[in-house]
Amino acid sequence: MIHTLHAVYRRELTAYFQTPLAYVFLAVFAICAPAFAFHIGRFFDTNRADLAPMFDYLPWLFVVLMPALAMRAWAEERDRGTLEFLMALPIPLWAATGGKFLAAWTVAGLALALTFPMWIAVNYLGAPDNAAIATGYLGAWLMAGSYLAVGQALSATTSNQVVAFVLGTGAAFLLTMAGWPFVLSALGENAPAALSEFVARLSALEHYNAFRYGVIGLSDLIYFVGLILVSLTIAGVLIAERRGGGR
Amino acid sequence: MLVADQLIKDFGSFRAVDGVSFTLERGEVLGFLGPNGAGKTTSMRMLAGGLEPDGGTASIAGYDCMTQRLEAQSRLGYLPEGAPAYPAMTPRGFVIFGLRARGFSGGALMRATGLALERAVLGEMADQPIGTLSKGYKRRAALAAAIAHDPAVLILDEPTDGLDPNQKDGVRQLIRDMAPEKAIIISTHILEEVPAVCSRAIVIDKGRVLFDGTPHALAAKGPDSTVESAFRALTQGVGGAEAVA
Repeated sequence: MIHTLHAVYRRELTAYFQTPLAYVFLAVFAICAPAFAFHIGRFFDTNRADLAPMFDYLPWLFVVLMPALAMRAWAEERDRGTLEFLMALPIPLWAATGGKFLAAWTVAGLALALTFPMWIAVNYLGAPDNAAIATGYLGAWLMAGSYLAVGQALSATTSNQVVAFVLGTGAAFLLTMAGWPFVLSALGENAPAALSEFVARLSALEHYNAFRYGVIGLSDLIYFVGLILVSLTIAGVLIAERRGGGR
Repeated sequence: MLVADQLIKDFGSFRAVDGVSFTLERGEVLGFLGPNGAGKTTSMRMLAGGLEPDGGTASIAGYDCMTQRLEAQSRLGYLPEGAPAYPAMTPRGFVIFGLRARGFSGGALMRATGLALERAVLGEMADQPIGTLSKGYKRRAALAAAIAHDPAVLILDEPTDGLDPNQKDGVRQLIRDMAPEKAIIISTHILEEVPAVCSRAIVIDKGRVLFDGTPHALAAKGPDSTVESAFRALTQGVGGAEAVA
């Protein structure tokens, strides 16, 4: 059955590059990620040879750009009627959701790869902790994947891609904001410590930060992989529900 | 080859399909006729595994369309209503995607793709994006994807809708060519197709089968012995024809 996953993956990846979507996405990412690092993160002013100024702002770029990549996953299939064609193929739903996810995750990985010149630049300028940068990239890719998976699940709820995008951005924003120091300190002052800790654990930002410090923690891996699997399962269940015809 | 047994489908309080039953054997071409909203497309979607029945069962080549969906679908070619296809893909890419999903690869993939595009008469349009093609070519691209894996059962929902007379004739000839080796269902509003292509006809209205027999027997139900008059008589009660479910 792996051939079905491969077939969907190839079709989806090709589809990204058959329209301007992938090119626009990659161009915007390639411009914005360094721009945030240089102008907002003050890359040179920190006088440190690391990529912290870029990693600081990647989650906020993900909040907008990952839902843009994921919004078409099912909303477009429903809108164009191709979902009926897809559902008549002998493809298990896990392969359909998995193939779509892996294609989008590949494009996200390519986008991150476009920032590698910055990694080379910091090595030229100083002696960075390359292991921490590598785990930072891994964390960023996992975070991007989790936002893509959540976006795909939300795309399965509607036939309108704009609605899917707005829902995906909202969900990614909440996942990111939950770990924002401002939110956590406000919660710390006004809510029980257990609640504050629970919210922090829900936050993708907290788990992403662990990777940035060079630590590949089991709980952080489980968080991202779990979020991806749960979201893709929800997407599959929502699409399977359509076989019921709204029962 | 294909069995529908007391299929029922409800959408809320509306019963779209109400106890549809029939069997279809290899070599038969079944014309599935009925007015808009009669339940034709809903029945076909249940047979294609895209919609779960609320009652009854359907099977293809002995495989239940719901509990053994993948096995049943691998023996089925399905042209959905409106022939949906991915506009950025070429007909060749579209056919290849369907074949890859069915496990084709290498030389077999290329041979099946070439044959399907040739049989659907895509010509030079096989490598143009589907979004730029006329309605007729778009339908032929979807038809090519439906027949490419040489399925035992074909379900074609309005395969000639939107085609010009020459293209309609080509699709009818294609169906006749494939008929001896397959069990084929076509739904159509073009009643002249029934005696031209079908060996059997089912008339359905309000989710129920009103007639099941040969096109000749169907025509005999009409006041002037034509399929058209029989269709009107059965679905509008004109001419006093009785339902023979």
